[in-house]
Amino acid sequence: MSDNLNWLTIHAAHELLARKKISSVELTQACLDNIEKVEPKVKALVTETADFALAQAKKADATIAQGKATPLTGIPALMKDVLCTQGIRTTASSKMLEKFVPPYNAAVIEKLIAAGMVLVGKTNLDEFAMGSSTENSAFFTTHNPYAFERVPGGSSGGSAAGVAAGEAIFSLGSDTGGSIRQPAGFCNVVGLKPTYGRVSRYGLIAFASSLDQIGPFTRDALDCALVMNVISGQDKRDATSAPEPVPDYTKNLNGNIKGMKIGIPKEYFVAGMQPEVDTAVKTAIKKLEELGAIVDWNVSLPSTRLALAVYYIIAPSEASANLARYDGSKYGAAFLNTDSMWEGMEKTKQFGFGPEVKRRIMLGTYALSSGYYDAYYLKAQKVRTLIRREFDAAFTKYDALVTPTSPTVPFKIGEKANDPLSMYLSDVCTLPINIAGVPGISIPAGFAKGLPIGLQIIGKPFAEETLFRISHAYQQVTDWHTRRPMI
Amino acid sequence: MTTTTIAYETVIGLEVHAQLSTRSKMFCGCSADYASTAPNTHVCPVCLGMPGVLPVINNRAVELVMMTSLALNCAVSSYSKFDRKNYCYPDLMKGYQISQFDAPIGLKGWLDIEADGEKKRAGITRVHLEEDVAKLIHRVGFDGKAYSLMDVNRSGVPLMEIVGEPDLRSPEEARQYLMKLHTILQYIGVSTANMEEGSFRCDANISIRPVGTTQLLAKVEVKNMNSFRAVFRALEYEAKRQGDALANGERLAQETRGWVEAEGKTVSQRSKEFAHDYRYFPEPDLPPLNISREWVEKVRAELAELPDARRDRFMNEYSLPLYDANLLTATKTMAEYFEACVKTGQPANLSLTVRAKQISNWLLGEFSRLTNANLIEVNQAKITPVMLCELIDLTQKGTITGAAAKQVFETMFSTGKPAGSIVAEAGLSQISSASELENMAAKIIAENPQAVADYRAGKETAAKFLVGQMMRLSKGRANPQIATELIKKKLEEK
Amino acid sequence: MKLSREEVIHIAALARLGITDAEIEKAREQLSNILENFEVLKEIDTSNVPPTAQSISLVNVLRDDVPQASLPAEDILLNAPDREGDLFKLRAVLE
Repeated sequence: MSDNLNWLTIHAAHELLARKKISSVELTQACLDNIEKVEPKVKALVTETADFALAQAKKADATIAQGKATPLTGIPALMKDVLCTQGIRTTASSKMLEKFVPPYNAAVIEKLIAAGMVLVGKTNLDEFAMGSSTENSAFFTTHNPYAFERVPGGSSGGSAAGVAAGEAIFSLGSDTGGSIRQPAGFCNVVGLKPTYGRVSRYGLIAFASSLDQIGPFTRDALDCALVMNVISGQDKRDATSAPEPVPDYTKNLNGNIKGMKIGIPKEYFVAGMQPEVDTAVKTAIKKLEELGAIVDWNVSLPSTRLALAVYYIIAPSEASANLARYDGSKYGAAFLNTDSMWEGMEKTKQFGFGPEVKRRIMLGTYALSSGYYDAYYLKAQKVRTLIRREFDAAFTKYDALVTPTSPTVPFKIGEKANDPLSMYLSDVCTLPINIAGVPGISIPAGFAKGLPIGLQIIGKPFAEETLFRISHAYQQVTDWHTRRPMI
Repeated sequence: MTTTTIAYETVIGLEVHAQLSTRSKMFCGCSADYASTAPNTHVCPVCLGMPGVLPVINNRAVELVMMTSLALNCAVSSYSKFDRKNYCYPDLMKGYQISQFDAPIGLKGWLDIEADGEKKRAGITRVHLEEDVAKLIHRVGFDGKAYSLMDVNRSGVPLMEIVGEPDLRSPEEARQYLMKLHTILQYIGVSTANMEEGSFRCDANISIRPVGTTQLLAKVEVKNMNSFRAVFRALEYEAKRQGDALANGERLAQETRGWVEAEGKTVSQRSKEFAHDYRYFPEPDLPPLNISREWVEKVRAELAELPDARRDRFMNEYSLPLYDANLLTATKTMAEYFEACVKTGQPANLSLTVRAKQISNWLLGEFSRLTNANLIEVNQAKITPVMLCELIDLTQKGTITGAAAKQVFETMFSTGKPAGSIVAEAGLSQISSASELENMAAKIIAENPQAVADYRAGKETAAKFLVGQMMRLSKGRANPQIATELIKKKLEEK
Repeated sequence: MKLSREEVIHIAALARLGITDAEIEKAREQLSNILENFEVLKEIDTSNVPPTAQSISLVNVLRDDVPQASLPAEDILLNAPDREGDLFKLRAVLE
């Protein structure tokens, strides 16, 4: 039995833990054993925290023994390596922070540790979360557990692949333009980007501050709701975190979505979309229809085509400021072999950042620079308003919108590495959601030649509950989410 | 050959940075008291600009800028926001400064000043809120190589920038503007405004133009002026330098120049390798401010009375002369001390006006003389307002003479003892007993035959001399009125 | 929109980003390609559209002016590339 513990869901593991059928140490050890087995092939982890995990697991077992177990007590998890962990190095998969040890915990880490979570490792990503494949990691590329020669998606590829490969029960990632949903789709797991402001960003190494959100990777919708119950809520240290009350996200997961109004925006079924993806997504939508949802197949969000440009102006602009702090004076990599302060600063950035990061810093610097601000940055912010308005209008008619998560199945490692634009295009279905600040979830919806396909469900601001209800109902009548890779 | 002389006028605008007197920093909870603590001990991940941290606005800092805006006759914006000002420098932790670009808290105000005997209204463009940077210390190692050290305690201390219109026309006007601004900030308690410690800093933009024209020649920004005097000297130097350059047919460059105090000159700061492009954009980590009328009124209610208003009130309420009112309101502590004295009340037979003037005389006279001589502030004096009023009462009632009162005051000042006990201990109470004074007068007449003769020969002033002798004999305790009467009576006898 | 070599150098200088000659040429080409894709925005009429800087409409999120504990200097300097005592040590910063 202990062979399979690492494949449990949170809710199944919790039941076994609470009934003392298994211990957290056993559960954690199962994950660590599996990491040893699969990690050489998957390479999801930047840092494994086995000793820390076992110590936490023991503490969790003591809590359980006192009968005080809550749903995440003793549950092993992975954290994307942009979430600061006190005393445990946090690299952002960048040479710049290869040896950086934060003296503080991110808000979500604090909450999860308080809830009894067991941290087993920090996961690989595209450097500073900039990318869609983990190929931009300064350390190594993570492999898709369903096809090792393919990417797991990104930027949170390590967090997605880790859960998909059974290295832990759940994980957290961050999503700026699709960085949770796209890898969730590529790795056949559930991935949620919450409403902007739902989860505190304190301690999340910033990429694009007005777009970044932290969210979970789990094996089903119920697990996702359980993690959100813990990490959501206002935080006094994040002025953009919302005061909206946090409901019990598991409360209405009853399988009933009768009468729910679902819109299908046609602009998301783009040219260049793989036919298998199109078929799988439409099949999934029909399933929702069978469950009683009222589906409008003919919704239009015409500004969708502008989202890519808006995103690739706003995100790099904010990033160019967020990454200016890495100058080699306070922490992180430093080029010390020079007498000149300016040269030291320039060389630190030259050698500390990878090509994609440098590209985006330059792009953002340009978009904000004197003479171009109005044409690029300000224009993008105005079009951002138009995109938001379209979502607002759509949500007066529909409870949710459903689209593919990505136009393609996982692509091959190296396939798009030399063409930044084609890489950017793999996020066309997910970017608009960050621009609007609304929540989006990706759930497993089928396979094409063994490669996973994701379905994206988009909700009103702070209506994560609706996304869970639809996902949960769908998962009651399908079994895509229970499939495992052969590793 | 003829030469035409073109008359130039100087155009100056000042930018003042003042640290705000908050307890915690601008965007984190670290103590804002950066100076009196060991290096890097008032620092947290936020003010160190660590990866992942976020700023949260200090409510009090916003209110102090609102207060300053009101004091400077600015409109307080109903909408305000923060922006990122991007530039790289090692003392700037995040590589950008959180500042305010196009929606500052205070807009369009003014300051009334008086320079060279003329009154003038100088415009204030804006008042905005930002954060201070870390402190760099420059060293030279054993190998002769220069290096720098950094203390991050100051990083994130709230900083207010007050941008003045280019309305000033002389270095003296600039100095008056700066001194007035300085007084106001201290007066309303928003900043310690200590220039030497760097909590009040001034940069100046100065240019010259032919009188009667409006187009400015090259604008020069002058930095590194650490005192009012330095501002005055630097601007005087710079105005002359620019005038001379033009007279010699040189072209003036738009540049930044640093004031070198020791050499008494400004030098070009060429190290700016390229023009700045601050790439301002709205700070995504901070929601904007909506400043309601209620909030403004709450802050206004807290705003201390400003020096000019207080001066006018002192003149109206207490009928004080302009001279007295000006001096009494020059600092907040003196004005408060004065009012505390007035509030202790006065005898029924005395008007408020008379008492106020008595208090003013003491404060601007002996009190100021001794506080200045001892280099202490008004509120550090051992004499409390109640004690000073007791002394005035003793004089008023005739218990002690004016001359004795000065002695008592000095003793009070150095010991902090009340006037009553000093008078009793030193036996300083006034002698009004007729027999005692009669004897004294007889003795004086007897001992000064020459003066008596002079008086009788018609020299009136001799009487004054004899009264003076009597005061000396009584160690100032003789009631001067009775003493004069008795001496005159004795001189008229026979 | 084609970027010039000088523009690339200027952008890198603004960002204080060291860049080699080879990188300049590559960046020029790639950034120009990306910028071309932004042209689509030019056709959109946004004359009466306000900009969105934040997707959450909060205002006046403030904290009280109450000092909190700072970190020990040792934690602050833990990741310092270079230090002297309790101060960060840097290359000479010349005025």
